[in-house]
Amino acid sequence: MGGFLASRFMSDVFNGVANGIIFSLIALSLVVVWQSTNVLNFAQGAMATFATYIGMTQVEHGINIWLCMVISVVVGFIFGGLTERVLIRPLYGKPDINPIVVMVGFLGFLQFLAAAIWGNIPRILPSPFSQVFYTSKGHTIFLSPFVVFQILTAVTVMMIVALVFRFTTLGLKLRAAALAPEVARLLGVRVDRLLTFGWMISSAVGSFTAILVAMQNGSALSPSVMGSVFIFGFIAAAVGGLDSPIGAVVGGLLIGLVEQFTLDYWQANMAPVMALVVLIVVLMIRPRGLFTKNTQRRV
Amino acid sequence: MIRVAHLTVKYGAIAALTDVSFEVRPGSITAVLGANGAGKTTLLRTISSLMTPSQGEIFLGDTALVGQKTEDIARLGVAHVPEGRGVVAEFTVEENLRLGALSSPENSAHAVAAQFERFPVLAQRRKQYAATLSGGERQMLALARALVARPTVLLLDEPSLGLSPMVTADIMTTISTLSREEKLTVVLVEQNAKSALRIADHAVVLHVGTVVADAPAGDVANNDDLKRFYLGLVK
Repeated sequence: MGGFLASRFMSDVFNGVANGIIFSLIALSLVVVWQSTNVLNFAQGAMATFATYIGMTQVEHGINIWLCMVISVVVGFIFGGLTERVLIRPLYGKPDINPIVVMVGFLGFLQFLAAAIWGNIPRILPSPFSQVFYTSKGHTIFLSPFVVFQILTAVTVMMIVALVFRFTTLGLKLRAAALAPEVARLLGVRVDRLLTFGWMISSAVGSFTAILVAMQNGSALSPSVMGSVFIFGFIAAAVGGLDSPIGAVVGGLLIGLVEQFTLDYWQANMAPVMALVVLIVVLMIRPRGLFTKNTQRRV
Repeated sequence: MIRVAHLTVKYGAIAALTDVSFEVRPGSITAVLGANGAGKTTLLRTISSLMTPSQGEIFLGDTALVGQKTEDIARLGVAHVPEGRGVVAEFTVEENLRLGALSSPENSAHAVAAQFERFPVLAQRRKQYAATLSGGERQMLALARALVARPTVLLLDEPSLGLSPMVTADIMTTISTLSREEKLTVVLVEQNAKSALRIADHAVVLHVGTVVADAPAGDVANNDDLKRFYLGLVK
């Protein structure tokens, strides 16, 4: 068993799932915002990085790592709400290109601002768990306590988001506000507040993801730490379907595995290429992604 | 009581409603009739604040509705069933009702159960997605979802749209019964003037955004000129 778990195939599976779960979280945060406001948040990665800087640099002041993580997520939560209120709300009802341009501009603004405040030199973040791989009967299994923590917490976050959306009154209102905002208003649902809340949830999930990415072995916190991760997350969201939280999760895992197997069996530079090939093939077969229903909505 | 006073609503430079005034008595059914483009839907959307008038006032009792948010008007007890039913196709029957019960003054589970009792066909379909219901069932669901919040005013936009004559007759009977039993004030926008006049107490006839008749439903039903020129009921 130890030999099988230590095999090249299984190590690729572990790494693929570990990366894929990160892509899933990014994709999920994009889907939450897309579902609620029909905006593609291109600044998602930069917003998450900014919030992570605010929280995680407190470690340097002797604050407990777990508390710093909480601060980052709370800052992300508030940051998401402010972004929706200040930047996005005035654009509702305007041409679709407007929020795209604004968010691309915001992405650049935040990256430059982060570099101006904290510098471009990557900061190594302490990890709350060991990143040394497990061994079994002399075989190295390419899983570390940190990766297990990463997978378990990511799955927990996804389950909480899914359970809130599926089984709570708040989730019912959020889904109604996203699917049929006018009908929701007619039923007394305060849609504007829920749209802000959708951005807050999305941004908090993004901040949590940025923390995990910056803590990974070989990674560090820098203004552009989420750059490539965001691209893979975006591809994952498009593959799964921008309307589907389940699609975001499955898309993330698929892209994570494709990336890992490509870089191991071919070359690292081909990993993003293969991810894009998957995207193109999926969109040719199912133009709205794997998990988006293609039926017209009847209301 | 609803009072609409000198209401003018524009889409850009084009007026959809011009100086529209009328009153709706509490507990009555008022049919708003007219051809396509008469401004019927615009009128209901303006009452619910989905559109903003360029002029005029709307009152629910003593409360001015113009300038209020749509969700606040719903919370005042005004339930609006929009054209095309407005059920959330991706929600189950039960979820649609739970959504409607959010602004209910009573326990939402009880409110939903009461609607299942009133509309047994919905109880049979409670776990079914709204998208899979027939047109008549979707209209029942839209009505039940509006009623679950215990409104005092019901705004119905073309409830007979796309339904067979038999189902339309059922829906109209249901609306009439509801109005009587629940003392509901109903504003019924309809192109199917014959069906609407059959259950209405009062009628307002719109033509290109202006009121051309505001009279008891019986009088409108017996006025051949109105029926010929504005309602298409007499050849």
